Amino acid sequence: MSGLIRPGAPAPEISLATHEGPRFTEADLLGRTTVLVFYPSAFSPVCSDQLQIYDEVGDEFARRGAALYGVSTDSTWTQRAFVEHLRVSIPQLSDFEPKGATSRRLGAYLESAGTTNRAIVVFGPDAVVRWSHLAASPAELPGANLILDALDAASS
Amino acid sequence: MASAMPLELRPDDHVRGPEDGELIVVYADFTCPFCAVAHVRLGERRPPVRRVFRHLALKARQPRAVAVARAAEAAARQGAFWAFHDAVYADQGHVDDPHLWALAERLGLDVDRFEADRRSEAVAARVEAQTREAILAGATTTPAFFRAGRPDPGLYHELVRSEKKNAPARNEGGPERLNI
Repeated sequence: MSGLIRPGAPAPEISLATHEGPRFTEADLLGRTTVLVFYPSAFSPVCSDQLQIYDEVGDEFARRGAALYGVSTDSTWTQRAFVEHLRVSIPQLSDFEPKGATSRRLGAYLESAGTTNRAIVVFGPDAVVRWSHLAASPAELPGANLILDALDAASS
Repeated sequence: MASAMPLELRPDDHVRGPEDGELIVVYADFTCPFCAVAHVRLGERRPPVRRVFRHLALKARQPRAVAVARAAEAAARQGAFWAFHDAVYADQGHVDDPHLWALAERLGLDVDRFEADRRSEAVAARVEAQTREAILAGATTTPAFFRAGRPDPGLYHELVRSEKKNAPARNEGGPERLNI
């Protein structure tokens, strides 16, 4: 059993930095489905593949009314360089300072590495968790199909 | 469900191997070294398999992945897909444009037509559509194998193990990276 937040739980306090300025909070979850993709480290190989793979089918998330964000403990400047390098359009949220505070509240922090873990949390428009998934290891990349199936199941 | 498995043989597929061989669909990237290994091992598999090549070309994993995928489709339009495929996997270090033009010439292709085709919207759309369908079917790495219409993530290691069964154990790498 992982410590990752479970379906049915309301969103805890969330405070994540954005490169644009305003912090992303739990209030930003209200009114639409949100997918938070926690990844360990910008520019690492699996994380690079993960964002590219999800970006390739970004319209499938949009078609389901879901907003998808990448979340890591990298700084917003690093995240910005990362998405520019990958040429992907997935908005990024930074849990850089206080480091990992939001990720810890969601159970999506990897203490042994000092980074966000590889985890996915889907919130409904009421900011209640609909689905969550912790990868068996940080090296394992959850397929986009898992998230899309979860979104379909949540809306059916 | 997003996890569709529309992975049967199609009329426009690139397919090789005996008609009665086991059908294996490979989604691959021409610039991926693991895909080159898989190509060789699949060719050595006995009994011989019937294999289909489709594209899983991510735009930023390797700078030339998408360009070479499109070039392969351009070669296919002159009946040279597998010759192009084999030549690129035999020499992945030479995939810049001048290398591709030289390869097209070596294969006896009309290079101007090859050049126009590889930049065409139709070719781009085919590569992109196959990449998307692979991802929607659950592919997360290359090569991604499908057998009997289902993902077979263990086949890569099965292919590599068969090569090394008599060799000393060592870290041989593979599509599942050990780092993050």
